[in-house]
Amino acid sequence: MMALLRALLALLQRDLLLAVRRRQDALVVLGFFVVVVSLFPLGVGPDPQLLRSMAPGVLWVSALLATMLSLERLFADDFRDGSLEQLLLTPQPLPLLVLMKILAHWLVTGLPLVLISPLLGMQLNLDGAEIVVLMTALLLGTPILSLVGAIGAGLTLGLRGGGVLISLLILPLYVPALIMGSGAVDAVMYGSSPEAHLSLLAALLIFTLLLAPWAIAAALRIMLD
Amino acid sequence: MSDAAAAPAHTPGTLTPHPFPAHCLEVDSLVLERGERLLFNGLTFCLDAGELLQVAGRNGAGKTSLLRVLCGLTRPMDGDMTWDGVPVRRLDDGPGGHLAYLGHHNALKDELSAEENIQSQCRLHGCPQTPEAVFSMLDELGLGGHADLPVKLLSQGQKRRVALARLLLLRRPLWILDEPFAALDVQVIEVLRQALEAHLAARGMIILTTHQVVPVRGPQRTLTLGDGA
Repeated sequence: MMALLRALLALLQRDLLLAVRRRQDALVVLGFFVVVVSLFPLGVGPDPQLLRSMAPGVLWVSALLATMLSLERLFADDFRDGSLEQLLLTPQPLPLLVLMKILAHWLVTGLPLVLISPLLGMQLNLDGAEIVVLMTALLLGTPILSLVGAIGAGLTLGLRGGGVLISLLILPLYVPALIMGSGAVDAVMYGSSPEAHLSLLAALLIFTLLLAPWAIAAALRIMLD
Repeated sequence: MSDAAAAPAHTPGTLTPHPFPAHCLEVDSLVLERGERLLFNGLTFCLDAGELLQVAGRNGAGKTSLLRVLCGLTRPMDGDMTWDGVPVRRLDDGPGGHLAYLGHHNALKDELSAEENIQSQCRLHGCPQTPEAVFSMLDELGLGGHADLPVKLLSQGQKRRVALARLLLLRRPLWILDEPFAALDVQVIEVLRQALEAHLAARGMIILTTHQVVPVRGPQRTLTLGDGA
């Protein structure tokens, strides 16, 4: 048990250290998110009311696309240098190792999106209560994006044009998270409670948390066969 | 962990001070097909403690594929593999609990130093090392001054040595090595040769592919793969 915890921690620590050493990867994702969200006022005009009503959808779609951007490298680097083979050979359960990699991915790409979202929400004229719900929804939703996205990253491992394939595979699967997430902010905007949306989003998170690691582990074993 | 820390660790011989318990790997009528080509059919052999098996064969004969099957990375079409009589697929902690694999890739992270690479992998494999043990092992493989550099600054041969240091520190009874002598200079070939001998002397087992003659003392056999052999 201790050995397992130590191994999981070692993997988390390694991935976070790697993320620190090549900061640009995480910064590109964050920059992409900020730039895409900021393009909308330029495109649709500066009408505050219009921006406000579009904000939940814009923020969520931008978060989806920013996450997609980072997925291709989730397993590809480890695959290329042989670390993934060694990971499969460690005497630890692969689904848990995969979960650690996803946790590291989320801490580096998902969490920064959550943290910067209030700023972008203000830019799109959201008020305080709406921003709180937006952050809660993103906090529940971005781990889903990482978990589901990792399935696509595993299935397209080593394929040419993997990045585009991941998008085609995964974007449809992001739809439930998108609907619940932007729905929660919409709800509070129109004066009803966001609780139902947030509960469903939380349920979806638990569901993917339980199933995705096994699916990803199976995908990795197949792709490395 | 304590083993490696307690050992003076100046030669590979002292790094395997305690012999492994006697293990035995049995492979029975293995069949593998890759891309509609039959690589081997009915491959059977048995490896006992302290033995070295050299897998020979021309390019494309399936040497690497065989090693990957033995590691459990590739699933054979048919056949059984048992470790001490237990089917490998049913081992509690998987095949990785008893073997260490060195493939074509060194499995090193370019941005991390040699020491960080080895530390994190040893912890992942469930045998953490003290920094001293890692440094003295790197020292011994001639990487003394390079342990703190990012691996991307090392040459091919030096990277291979870091991977070898990991192999030596993992202390697994079965070593599966794919072209371990590639890209190494004469000195390190000699260190590796000694390490292989020490491993065999400690009742370890080695399966390797190489295009060179292995100048290792001890019981060794050759398995030649050919077309559909």
